[in-house]
Amino acid sequence: MSHEKRSLEFWVLSAFFVLFVLFLYGPLSAIVILSFQGENGGLTFPLNGLSLHWFANLFERQAVGDFGGSFRRSFLLGAMVMIVTVVVSLLAGLAFRRRFLGATALFYLAVASLVVPSIIISLGIGVLFQQIGLRPSWYGSAFGAHLTWTLPFGVLIMFAVFNRFSPSYEEAARDLGASSWQTFAHVLLPMIAPSLIGVGLFGFTLSYDEFARTLMTAGTFNTLPLEIYGMTTNVTTPVLYALGTVTTLFSFLVIAATLGIIVWLGRRRTRG
Amino acid sequence: MTAAADDMTAGSTGRTRASIFARSSAYLQAAPLAIILGCFLLLPIVMIAVVSFWDYDFAQMYPDFITLNYAETLGSWVTWKTYLNTLRYAAIVWALTLFIGFWVAYYLAFHIRTTTMQMVLFLVCTVPFLTSNIIRMISWIPVLGRNGLVNSALVGAGIVPAPVEWLLYSDFAVVLAMVHLYTLFMVTPIFNTLMRIDRSLVEAARDAGATSWQILWNVIIPLAKPGMAIGTIFVVTLVMADFSTVQVMSGGQSASVALMMKNQMSLLQYPAAAANAVVLLVLVLLMVAGILRIVDIRKEL
Repeated sequence: MSHEKRSLEFWVLSAFFVLFVLFLYGPLSAIVILSFQGENGGLTFPLNGLSLHWFANLFERQAVGDFGGSFRRSFLLGAMVMIVTVVVSLLAGLAFRRRFLGATALFYLAVASLVVPSIIISLGIGVLFQQIGLRPSWYGSAFGAHLTWTLPFGVLIMFAVFNRFSPSYEEAARDLGASSWQTFAHVLLPMIAPSLIGVGLFGFTLSYDEFARTLMTAGTFNTLPLEIYGMTTNVTTPVLYALGTVTTLFSFLVIAATLGIIVWLGRRRTRG
Repeated sequence: MTAAADDMTAGSTGRTRASIFARSSAYLQAAPLAIILGCFLLLPIVMIAVVSFWDYDFAQMYPDFITLNYAETLGSWVTWKTYLNTLRYAAIVWALTLFIGFWVAYYLAFHIRTTTMQMVLFLVCTVPFLTSNIIRMISWIPVLGRNGLVNSALVGAGIVPAPVEWLLYSDFAVVLAMVHLYTLFMVTPIFNTLMRIDRSLVEAARDAGATSWQILWNVIIPLAKPGMAIGTIFVVTLVMADFSTVQVMSGGQSASVALMMKNQMSLLQYPAAAANAVVLLVLVLLMVAGILRIVDIRKEL
């Protein structure tokens, strides 16, 4: 790339980028700070002392609904969505490498799944379950609703991955006498593993934070975002911020762990 | 799709048997996706279309074929106002995210010189988008509120005598929060297309005497259009479907189509909500179809 001196454009855009990052993280850091608000503190600055009072408050069951239960449900649901998204997207990605009847229709169905407003899917699944006489539940109807959001992302990512994937690796493996399963497990899978982990991260976080699609489909028990949404209207203490801090921290941990795995896989591949 | 074509011709021995096997395995591999989207996307939408013609009272729906729900939806002045308001949000948020998204993507793609640094900065932009939307909305309250950071600073500096009221629970807050929530959906596709621009084109333009502004305007922006189109699809559909941001950030003072649907749903007026859903869906799909005429998504992936 070019080695000339940095232009004015560079400095202007750098300032713009820094402002953008501040815009992204600024408000988030405000609620992290405010969640350590003293016992008599309110929803805004200044800090009225420092305490862990609101975090303690969060874990008292009666104080703010069912935080533990909704977290557990959201976590399990996220894990289920993640596994199904990875497997189904991988299979669909493999299918799209070949020509098959209805490939274009299926592709555009996946795109449609991305653009159909989530509240419409929520309403549709809710009414559908009601009419068939099935009880909506977070592990049934909400699970399906979340998949309509995570699968298109997974499929599009796999589509992009296989667009750039040269079939010569597999041909070489086949010429060396590998069976199709061996070619898949020892050649293809290790090469696309980082992308699959990325798809898994998307699947988990999109489901873990999904709200609109769960609205009509969760049934009796709330997921975490529904619980938080309920709190925005009736909780007026910094316990709301404490909850925000805890869930955001959890999201950061998930992202960091995923990146760690991807880097580790990359190192292992270059070494071995 | 060229890879698929190569695959078909490159098969060595037992060509016909292998291709029959390959063919059926493609169907098996595609089946789970087709089944899930069929059950949880197509069927529910068909159900909504059916229910939108049903009758209802305060407790129940009755299978019927009436067009009253549509007549009520489309005949009401409130509905039209709500649609216009939603489209206004979409237009403003689209313009802002396109502007911010393009410059951020352009900075990352053309001004950051090492790939590692590019990836690190891109991740810095991405991480907040993988955390809860609702928490990110709430986080504006201590910043914009009556006693929030911005107002304290403005009053403290003597710029305004009393706290500014329209910062929170206003259209301004709604647009700000939407830009905050959705800009990444613009940055990512534009960054993706910018990274695929052949750098020798830029060199050639420079050798031919183009100024950097001319390079930007005549080379880079035209080539970035597919990315902008994909980002536009994301942002427009997300804003058109939004109800939580409008509800939380306007404090219940503004309306959007999805919020209107949600209120009808909480009153158990499902057929009315369904009629609204059909209208909204047709509108959104028309917008997306319009954008897809400009760009072929399959080529851009």
